[in-house]
Amino acid sequence: MASTYTPIATTTLGSAAASYTFTSIPSTYTDLVLVFSGTLSSADYVCMRVGNGSIDTGSNYSHTDLSGNGTSASSSRSSNATYFFTAPMNTNQNNMIINFQNYSNTTTNKTALLRWNTPLTDGGATGVVGAEVALWRSTSAINQIRVLTYAGQNFNTGSTFTLYGIQAA
Amino acid sequence: MANTFELISSVTVGSGGAASIDFTSIPATYTDLCLVFSLRSSDGSDYCGLKFNNSSSSFSSRQIYGNGSGAGSTTRSNNDLTGSQTPSVYTSNVFSNNAIYIPNYTGSANKSYSRDSVFENNGTNAIQTLEAGIWSNTSAINQVTLVHPSATFVQYSTATLYGVSNA
Repeated sequence: MASTYTPIATTTLGSAAASYTFTSIPSTYTDLVLVFSGTLSSADYVCMRVGNGSIDTGSNYSHTDLSGNGTSASSSRSSNATYFFTAPMNTNQNNMIINFQNYSNTTTNKTALLRWNTPLTDGGATGVVGAEVALWRSTSAINQIRVLTYAGQNFNTGSTFTLYGIQAA
Repeated sequence: MANTFELISSVTVGSGGAASIDFTSIPATYTDLCLVFSLRSSDGSDYCGLKFNNSSSSFSSRQIYGNGSGAGSTTRSNNDLTGSQTPSVYTSNVFSNNAIYIPNYTGSANKSYSRDSVFENNGTNAIQTLEAGIWSNTSAINQVTLVHPSATFVQYSTATLYGVSNA
């Protein structure tokens, strides 16, 4: 394990919110890891956008996912999307872990690997496990990351967002 | 530079094998836990059990898996971690690889976790599994145990527990 797993920023929501944004992310690390743990006010997709100086809301993203709902496995993708990824989540205790590789270079487009986990509700009616690869077609360094919901549902109070930096040397 | 991915404890199974690997008295001073383990079974089992606070109840999960010929998804209502150890009949000296990430393990909410597991065999029936699991219990986790369902984890099986702090 890297010995430079350094917390950059963390928040625990004191009130419900439909998004959370990390700003002024330093460029001094090699990779980033974002960890989310929390619940939604109602089932929705959790999404992400990134940017440099401002959040990119354009159609500059694409992503491919692999998911299982307890019955079958499936895969889908989206090109020229307006979100870095979309992950279905619900009112139960969800979590996701996202790895951004080489996020601060100004030569290549930016990619990320995502694992998202939407555990079963009490009735077992929902619950999805998934993995996703995501691309932001920009050579700009990432210094802002916004996590938001697709349909405007809230992240409930107590949900946590933490961003770590990892250095290769 | 802060180092927030800290070793809590590590276990390497000795020559006699072990029916379980137990991490006790886990400090509550971290934000998240990460358990990394590599196992091989003394019998044909390809899974092991997971316990939190010595409890095997109130676990459920969704899993997605691929075995080289197809992919599928299952729901489990127990604490069995499928595909988490290499059966004894498989290629010698091959051990599985697994990582379980447990956010907010001391919080008052139910405990969800993320698991990635693989074992390869240079042959048929190798398995990769991703899991979204939850332990429907609001207690802080202070003990994590891997339990063999029917025999023992063989020598050189390893498990390491890390603590991750957000400050």
